[in-house]
Amino acid sequence: MSDTPIKMRVRETVVLRVVGKALVPFILLFALYVQFHGDYGPGGGFQAGVIFAAGLILHALIFGLDALRRAIPQVVVEIGIAVGALLYGGVGVVSMIMGGEFLHYGVFDQHDPVHGQHLGILLVELGVGITVTFVMVAIFYAFAGRARQ
Amino acid sequence: MGESVLGSLVEMILFVFMIALALYIARLRSLFAAAMLFGIFSLLSAGLLTLMDAVDVAFTEAAVGAGISTVLILGALGLTTSEEAPPKKHQWTALFVVVATGLVLVYGTLDMPVYGDPDAPIQRHVAPHYLEKSSEEIGIPNVVTSVLASYRGYDTFGETTVVLTAAVGAILLLGGRPARRKEDDGEGE
Repeated sequence: MSDTPIKMRVRETVVLRVVGKALVPFILLFALYVQFHGDYGPGGGFQAGVIFAAGLILHALIFGLDALRRAIPQVVVEIGIAVGALLYGGVGVVSMIMGGEFLHYGVFDQHDPVHGQHLGILLVELGVGITVTFVMVAIFYAFAGRARQ
Repeated sequence: MGESVLGSLVEMILFVFMIALALYIARLRSLFAAAMLFGIFSLLSAGLLTLMDAVDVAFTEAAVGAGISTVLILGALGLTTSEEAPPKKHQWTALFVVVATGLVLVYGTLDMPVYGDPDAPIQRHVAPHYLEKSSEEIGIPNVVTSVLASYRGYDTFGETTVVLTAAVGAILLLGGRPARRKEDDGEGE
């Protein structure tokens, strides 16, 4: 196993393991906050996805790549990448079917276009968040998986 | 008024830090230290963007530049050495190209509108419509999100596709599925 010496040392440090284990859930929770609070404050799908992936990668750096690979297999990552983008595109297609232009969310609610906008933005940002999370994890898998060979 | 003077003072200090850091990184031979300092560089520029009231951009810079890029660069460092090879000789051509490009870029900024100019072209096109109508048409408080996700939803769709393409490229170039590789290794042994 020709891992980088830095990661090896990190994995053997008790303090980092304990603090890391306590920290990762809060990072993931913060990512969800950023995801769904993007309508009201700074943030949104892209930032949330990156923070969520950072939490997962931090876990992998401390507890090893295999632990994360068991939790999130490569297949799930590859499907997740596509699901996010398809959700985004799907919202656009559905808005066309419902009689609007591509990505015109106003048509989702016939009574109040503003509500339709809310729903569209929520779904679209969710799509961005899903894709960005899994893309970052995929790139990390690609680099870190190769480093061990 | 006093607040803006203090603001520009802090901006100035952040700029000086960033320039000093960039020069220091350029002289560094340890790639691990360079990766870490790049993270600090991103954090400083995130602070600068916060001062410029671009909180969404600052947030992205802090999360992407200081957070995930540092980790990905460290991951890439695992594939290579952690020390830059010492240069054979002074590369004057490279220095000349860099300085010339820098000067051209600085010359280009002379044509740009002053920072915060309300008459700048970007403020006069669709921006007033977004700012005035967003709460009525979209109904969410953060105008940045309503521009990104709704008014400019098509652009953001394109950006998401770009991010997706990056992962596809990484998976294709570096290999994604470890199971298949293990089989290959097994056959080779």
